[in-house]
Order: sequence, then structure tokens, then C-alpha cells
Amino acid sequence: MTTADATAQPIDSQGMNYLVSLPRRIVTIYLPLGAFLFVLLFPFYWMAMTTFKPDEELLSHEGNPFWVKNPTLAHVKKLLFDTPYPDWLWNTVLISVVSTALSLFCSVLAAYAIERLRYRGSRYVGASIFLAYLVPPSILFIPLATMVYQLNLFDTRLALILTYPTFLIPFCTWLLMGYFKTIPFELEECALIDGASRLQILVKIVLPLAVPGLISAGIFAFTLSWNEFIYALTFVSSSEVKTVPVGVVTELVEGDVYHWGSLMAGALFGSLPVAALYSFFVEYYVSGLTGAVKE
Amino acid sequence: MPSASSAFSRALDNRNVLGLLFMLPAAALLLLFLTYPLGLGTWLGFTDTKIGRAGAWIGLENYEFLWSDAVTRLALFNTLFYTTIASVIKFALGLYLALLLNKRLPFKAFFRAVVLLPFIVPTALSALAFWWIYDSQFSIISWVLMKMGLIHRYIDFLGDPWNARFATIAANIWRGVPFVAITLLAGLQTISPSYYEAASLDGASPWQQFRHVTLPLLTPIIAVVMTFSVLFTFTDFQLIYVLTRGGPLNATHLMATLSFQRAIPGGNLGEGAAIATAMVPFLLAAILISYYGLQRRAWQQGTADK
Repeated sequence: MTTADATAQPIDSQGMNYLVSLPRRIVTIYLPLGAFLFVLLFPFYWMAMTTFKPDEELLSHEGNPFWVKNPTLAHVKKLLFDTPYPDWLWNTVLISVVSTALSLFCSVLAAYAIERLRYRGSRYVGASIFLAYLVPPSILFIPLATMVYQLNLFDTRLALILTYPTFLIPFCTWLLMGYFKTIPFELEECALIDGASRLQILVKIVLPLAVPGLISAGIFAFTLSWNEFIYALTFVSSSEVKTVPVGVVTELVEGDVYHWGSLMAGALFGSLPVAALYSFFVEYYVSGLTGAVKE
Repeated sequence: MPSASSAFSRALDNRNVLGLLFMLPAAALLLLFLTYPLGLGTWLGFTDTKIGRAGAWIGLENYEFLWSDAVTRLALFNTLFYTTIASVIKFALGLYLALLLNKRLPFKAFFRAVVLLPFIVPTALSALAFWWIYDSQFSIISWVLMKMGLIHRYIDFLGDPWNARFATIAANIWRGVPFVAITLLAGLQTISPSYYEAASLDGASPWQQFRHVTLPLLTPIIAVVMTFSVLFTFTDFQLIYVLTRGGPLNATHLMATLSFQRAIPGGNLGEGAAIATAMVPFLLAAILISYYGLQRRAWQQGTADK
């Protein structure tokens, strides 16, 4: 099964659906679907409500908790001006962009070599890329922490930029291998006969044809690095270099009195950028997700 | 010199040389930061390394200690319990949601996009939202149940061992169902509608269509999706770290969180690495069982060539 299928027109597999009456459809389809959507989206709704609720409403057991009576920006203001949150946002953007770009560069070359140059042993390398994809960060972070320390990278952004590719490269390479596979060999053969070098073929023929794959891999890698937690928690300790997920969890949770408003504001604004990016590229994201699984 | 440069360009025409050159950046990063730490982690598990102090080889001592350590045993039980319950429910709900989304629906693309949101946003941040939803004094769930008259006291979601286990499992399911549903939906969309038409002309009930058409054709992708799902769940860290830090009474400690706790705040890198290494056999077993088990069934039914 090729990755191109993932973006193909969905086939309506219930060809005789029209035979089912409307009341029946409501009970068997719309009600369960509504329940799913409610549960899946409620935490986000709750994040947003909490962000804009004044403290009195948050800590009161009276009234309707599902709506906010006197919306306030106090929590957002506190988050943006009294905490290092803007620094964390900047760090997260910087680290995600650089590690994604680095991983894409490495992955394009590797995927092209494995899939198209077919050098001796490339099949085994391809299989080991898949295995590398299955290695979870939770078993790598301790040895990586000792390495980061020995390389004098502890508490630097570079530590994260260099370690994120360990899960990004296997993923991107695997995904791009699937895309390169769908590009006809004949195009490359023509170019070879015309005297193009392999590098020219890669840059001028293969990459333009693989743009959807590059976007999928890029978007996916960006959200993976944005969401990364355990490495960022372990390899960084000063506030100035923390990423949003780690900063919010370790620094906004203070003492016994939780500032739920600013905490939820931090969670909301840390989620919005990836959600926005995702909403622009849903199809690419989904094809990246399903493509990586289906190969 | 022309001869030297032509020898160089001839070498670049050789696919083995060029292949090696192209592999270099990826291979260097992966060997240095993936393969080497894998080995280093295993080695650390056999030493008494502490933070700030190089360790000496102590053989199996870490593993002997961990085997007799009640907390580690509890963490192992928790991890298996967490993984099993969460994966089974994620599969059931994910498949159900995928089947619903595969029906003829208005705004189908919109629904599909929205459903995936829990999977997109940082888990640490959505876990914070769950932390607030599970709060012992201001939980919205408790509030609703109180108003409905079903309970008389606020539920202590994260303070009681079994409540905490199920609360964390629920949050994990919330995050995992979209992944299972969307990937299975992609599988469902590749099944030709003509199979269903043929089956319904032969008088097959919806259940029989599902059992004898959908399920066999979906088995290969179910195998892969569930392998990933089990892998993610078994090695889960962020959700537990944010919601409970392993508490109460270590009731929600997973292997990953315990290994972090012992290694980083506790300073016993060797012991933490041993716990992390101990996860590997379980992971391999999970991969082998879910992958080959289901793969072979698919092969017997003649759909191996996907």
C-alpha cells in the first residue's frame, strides 16, 4: 500500500446507507459521535473557560461553572508579563524549527539513498531505520543525559536540538522513503541519460515531486518536537532555556495554592500554535500519520 | 587537476560511494545519539553510577536489588495493568469511532480534523487540563455528579490509589483514541464498497459484514496500529509525571516514571538505567506478539501482500 493512497478520495464504504432511516441514523451514528466529540473536546473547552474566568468564579461552587460571567484577561496578563512564558515560547519555536530542519535535511538524503541509490546493504539500513523509530525516548534519556553532561551541553538549547533528531530522523526517513518509492524510475533515468548528476536529480526532479511528503514530514516533526517532554525535562534546568511544556509544568505549578487561571492559560497558549498549524495542514498531517503506519 | 576531479566525479557516480555519502549526516546523528546511548544505557544498568560520580561494574546487583524492591514490583504491575486496560479500551473505542467516521456524514472532513486534536497538542499541557478536571475540591466531574445527586462528597480522583490508576488510564485513553481511530479510518477507506454490496446482496447482516468483511481486511493495519499504541502506552511518562508523579503511595508509578525518579532527582543513574533496560524485553515481546500474531492471521487469510 502506498502513501499516496492516504490522500486519495475517501470511498463511501456504506454504499447502501440511504436505506437507513433518519431516526435510526440519529441513534446509531449522531448520538455516539456527539458523545465522542464532547469527551474529546471538553478538556480544551475547559482550558479556555478557566483561562478567562476570574478567581472568584473559579473557586466558587455556586452558579453555572460551564460559562464565564465576567471574563478577565488577568491570568493571560500574569502569564505574559510576570512569568518567563514568552521566553519558553521562543525557545520552543527555535528548538522545534532548527531540529526539524536538521532532521529533514538528513532524512531527505538518507531516504533517497536507501530508496533510490540502493547501495549495498540499503535494505538492512531501511529496516533498522524502522527499528530506530520504535526506540522510545523513555529508555534513552538516562544515557543521553550522561552524554549531554560530558559534552558540556547540559542546560543549553543545543542539547535538545541535537537529541530531538533521534526520534525525528527515523520517522521522517521512513515517511520520505514511502514518498520516493512512488516517483517513477523513468524520470530519473531520463535525467541520467541527459547527463544530470545524482545531486541534480535529487534537487531538481525528486524533491519537487515529493513536496507533499516533505510538508507531511515537516509538520509532523515540528509537532513532535514541540510536544517533546522527557528530554527537555532532563537536559535543561534554567528557566531561560526551558520549552513551553516543561516550563509550564515545572514552574507555574508552585506551592499549595494552584493558580489555575494562569496554568490553564499557559496550557492553552502552548497548544494553540500546534493546533493552528495542524488546522492549516490537516490532510498532510493525516497522510503523514497514516503513511508512517501503513508502510 | 582534470584527472583527480574526474576520478572524484566517477566515484560520485558509484552508487555505493554516493549512498554512503548521502547516509552520512543521518547515520552520524543516529549512531552517536541513538545507537551509542542504547548500549551505554545497558552498560550503566550494570554499574553503580551516580550523578557526578563515574560508576564501577557491579554485575547484576542493580537487577537483584530491583527484583526484591517492592516499589519496582508495584511499578511493573502498574505498567502492565495500565498498558493492558488502556490498549484494549483504546482499540475498542478507536475502532468504533473509525466506523462512525466512515459513515456518510455531513462535515466529515471537519469531524475527522477535530477528532485528532487530543493527539496533536502537547500531552504535558492536556494532562494539566486533566489535573484541573480531577482536582479534589473543584473537579467539574464531581460538581456535575453532585448536582445530579449521584454522589454526596467530591471524588478524590488522584488521592486514592485505585481512583488514581483509573483516572490516569482515562486520560491516556482520551489521548490515544484519536490516533487509533484516524489510522484505522485510513484503513477502512481502502476497503472497496463493492464487498459490502456483495455481502448485503447475499443477505449478510451489518454485524456479519463487519465480522467477515471489515475485520479480516483491516487486520494488517490493526496489527501495526496496536503495536504502536502498546509501545507508546508502555513507555508513557509525561501523563503520569504531570498528573500524579507516581503517587499516591506509588500506585501510579510506571517503569518510565520510576526510572526517571530514581535516576534524575534520586541521582542513581545506574539503577534508573537498569529499570529502563528492564522495559526492553517487555517491549520486544509486545511488538512480537501483536505484530507477528496478527500478521500471521492476515497471511493465513491471504491478505499478506498489502
